[in-house]
Amino acid sequence: MAWELMTEKWSGEVSTVTIGATKEEGGTRSHTLKIGGEKSLPCLFQEGNIPHEPKVAFEIWDIAPLDWPAELMLPYAETLRDPLEWANKCVRDYKAQGLCIRLQGAHPDFGDKSPEEEAKLIRKLLKEVSVPLIILGCGDDAKDNLLLPACSEAAKGERCLIGCAVQDNYKTIATSLLADGHNIIAESPIDINIAKQLNILISDMGLPLERIVMNPTIGALGYGLEYAYSIMERSRLAALSGDKTVASPFICFVAQESWRAKEAKNENSPEQGVIWEALTATALIQAGADLLIMRHPKAIQKVNQYIANLFGGK
Amino acid sequence: MGLSGLDIYKLLPKTNCRECGFATCLAFAMQLAKKAVEIDKCPHLSPEVKSKLEAQALPPIKLVTIGSGDTRLEIGNESVMFRHEEKFYRPAGLGFIIEDSLADSEIKTRVEKINTLKFERVGQLLEVNLVAIRQNKDAQRFRDTVKLVSANTALGLVLMSDDLTALKGGLDILKGRNPLIYHATKNNLSEVAQLAKDFKSPLCVQAQSLEEVSGLTQILANQGVNDLVIETGKKPISEKIWDLTQSRRLALKKSNRSLGYPSLVVVQQDDPYAEVQEAASYISKYAGIVLIRGVEAWQALSLLTLRQNIYTDPQKPLQIEPKLYPIGQVNAKSPVLITTNFSLSYYTVLSEVEASKIPTYIVSVDTEGMSVLTAWAAEKFTPAKITESINKFGVKEAVTHKRLVIPGYVAVMSGELQDESGFEIIVGPKEAAGIPSFLKSFK
Repeated sequence: MAWELMTEKWSGEVSTVTIGATKEEGGTRSHTLKIGGEKSLPCLFQEGNIPHEPKVAFEIWDIAPLDWPAELMLPYAETLRDPLEWANKCVRDYKAQGLCIRLQGAHPDFGDKSPEEEAKLIRKLLKEVSVPLIILGCGDDAKDNLLLPACSEAAKGERCLIGCAVQDNYKTIATSLLADGHNIIAESPIDINIAKQLNILISDMGLPLERIVMNPTIGALGYGLEYAYSIMERSRLAALSGDKTVASPFICFVAQESWRAKEAKNENSPEQGVIWEALTATALIQAGADLLIMRHPKAIQKVNQYIANLFGGK
Repeated sequence: MGLSGLDIYKLLPKTNCRECGFATCLAFAMQLAKKAVEIDKCPHLSPEVKSKLEAQALPPIKLVTIGSGDTRLEIGNESVMFRHEEKFYRPAGLGFIIEDSLADSEIKTRVEKINTLKFERVGQLLEVNLVAIRQNKDAQRFRDTVKLVSANTALGLVLMSDDLTALKGGLDILKGRNPLIYHATKNNLSEVAQLAKDFKSPLCVQAQSLEEVSGLTQILANQGVNDLVIETGKKPISEKIWDLTQSRRLALKKSNRSLGYPSLVVVQQDDPYAEVQEAASYISKYAGIVLIRGVEAWQALSLLTLRQNIYTDPQKPLQIEPKLYPIGQVNAKSPVLITTNFSLSYYTVLSEVEASKIPTYIVSVDTEGMSVLTAWAAEKFTPAKITESINKFGVKEAVTHKRLVIPGYVAVMSGELQDESGFEIIVGPKEAAGIPSFLKSFK
């Protein structure tokens, strides 16, 4: 038998989503983040183009986090009290390519900040730093329906990525984001059918599939990582086979999950928290993650190096 | 080439004689293609067709054993490219390279550290598998190092050397331990193959490309050397993943026997974090053996946890026996916590209860291995189900109080559960991390 490799020929591709708008594009960002566009499975450069490497954005909060482990607070220290200083530290000291602000303080249980107050913060933040922005609500559906439209308007034209929209709560958010020129995060509970349906519902409202990023709700290493891993593989295979309704890039909230793990909070081994976050990200990159939301500067540095390695070796 | 049901059908007598127990030859062929039935069931096959079908029935990736006794590592026999298609069967072996140029005391310290790398997670014991000894000095030093290492660990061993005298010396010492010989290349193929034959040891075959590897394994197979592990040389991570993917794919989809062996990878990164990340990439993508250098507990724990995740059966989540679990010195007044029989839920609750040092009963309800919220959504964790479990497990006999603590996420079922069970329902914390403080204030 003649020697022959076996290469897959894919007919589909993941849609490309651009986060951030530069001056020429009507915004004020210094650069944009392009994610998605894969015509092949992770790392298999020989079978199809993988135009954009996965990106990491630093997660910051509008209030000082209450329950972060010491190892995670250490690098940010005093800046945790002031979101603008915190954002600055990420960009200036740690060279963040993108920021993801979680408006936790708007949650009724965590300060109940008003939408106006949060919108003002978003305006300030956009002035303070010039990297592309991801904006997350507080997770309370009713509040997010007031909060996210206000923030969307405050960031009009900056082509942010905003979410999360869920199956029971997407209309208000999608309407605002459509009007203000942003991208949307569609969250589904580790379920490929719900992910698909939500993408269809959102695109039916006029927000094109090219402006949707999927959140498959991941579990951390050791805490259900494998569920999201397989859902992502399945949905990526479907996308590459031509199903456009699941062909959105993936956003993975890596830090949020991994720092909840008992292993990450091991005070006798500071490396363990860092590796827990870095390895959760690493495994998800192998499953097709496009945008990773992370916290610990060291874990982020390691993951960025890993990505550079994968893409330098193509 | 892999034969489809129809391919097999063409080779059968097509008489529909039913002697195989199936109504038609086609039905029998379909079962053969799925490897669900033995070829011998058909008494009318020519020897030629039979041998062709028998070859087809062999597992596409050979099962290879390294080491002996309880710590032996079995790899290979995989059947799918993606875990959701079925499952990944044989967890990749994790091994550690020790250089023979290190001082004896340092070698001993390392081996002792490797021996302690055992962790219990969600009811499973996670263990490392191999120690690989790499030659840097003369054959005598290698032999002495093999002796030292083997005397200090029961783990499977890998002999990493291109020096025949050194390999032979090591193999002499390791009789009965079934070590992996690393490695045969085109330069030493027949000599190393002879050693593998003489000592009946598994052998790692290395070449830079898969095509060359395939050529070497065919030569070896013709000589009767079949217990093989394959490796392509040093290359960037993504190229390595390409090789791992290709060899698995060609073996499974094209029945390419010459690549139908488990793969070994030596991790190249030096930085301790990058080393773990590189190893994790190969554990996710088809490696049979991953060799690293770092022996820190945090490195091993994170890799073994990833391996546990990747090799969990997607159709059958890790479950524990549904029953009433007394934790600590319980008495009739101890609190009763309700959770599911999904291992992760139960063990997460368990570790927090243990941390609280407060004796507590945990009721693990049979949710078919689903987690709290999933089970609740799927109606496997309902007031009726919980009540049934409480009655069956004798909670009323175990405690004199009438209070149950349910997970915070299912607070909504409180009223109905109270009516159904006759117990007072107390809503516990949403996250297990809140259990110790909850139990401390629980009177």
